[in-house]
Amino acid sequence: MAEMVFFFIFAVIAIVSAVGVVTLRNPVHSVLSLMVCFLQMAALFVLLRSPFLAAVQIFVYVGAVLVLFLFVIMMLDIRQASMKRFVSGGQSWIIALLVILLAEMIFILSKSRFADMTVSTAARLDGSVKEMGIALFTKYLLPFEIISMILLVALLGAIVLGKKELR
Amino acid sequence: MVPLSWYIILSSVLFIIGTAGVLLRRNILIVLMSVELILNSVNINLVAFSYYHQDIRGQIFSVFVIAVAAAEVAVALGILIALVRNRSAFNVDEIRTMKG
Repeated sequence: MAEMVFFFIFAVIAIVSAVGVVTLRNPVHSVLSLMVCFLQMAALFVLLRSPFLAAVQIFVYVGAVLVLFLFVIMMLDIRQASMKRFVSGGQSWIIALLVILLAEMIFILSKSRFADMTVSTAARLDGSVKEMGIALFTKYLLPFEIISMILLVALLGAIVLGKKELR
Repeated sequence: MVPLSWYIILSSVLFIIGTAGVLLRRNILIVLMSVELILNSVNINLVAFSYYHQDIRGQIFSVFVIAVAAAEVAVALGILIALVRNRSAFNVDEIRTMKG
């Protein structure tokens, strides 16, 4: 029961701040709203018994990605660009399409067998970092190496793109 | 005990809000933020299924999603800085170099 109450609080704050990301005029306010949304998601991860992912969420998203966004906004003078908020024309059918998509998702979910699923008791995760580390460094070692290569290439790409002049 | 469908509905709603941000906003920074929102809503789904099945794979996959999102943001903001430095274009409508 208490879990439901906490889920409700986190979900409502997450959705409200996500709407704020899309509708606020000033990009700095959008970034702060997105930060609130990501913190709520970290709280939801704790509710789902994966505290390691909650910590990673806060470190990577709130600590790195959003600070990067803030740096870029502060670096570029963005004020004159934020005068017009939304794309001009053709908004109504985009919104209709999105509403149809959401209704479709919820309809499919209500018909599926996942809707009233409970936590399986066959195997138990204890939610520890050790469990995850063992899985990550034995069975999923190759994807881990590939993802580290992707991060390295992205780092090099960001450095090359950020340089003043290419010769 | 929270039902699994609540998590799925929450992540669908966040996904739709992120898609609306990508489709409706002109500011390219907001578009990038909405992409982050979409990736994160998928993470909620993965972790929820991981908990309800008591299977570690969902969490592993969500770590990979977070890493890819971080790499994507680094490259996208690099491109954005190069773009603004060269032609000071902030709107997604103004960027049509590759349109042909």
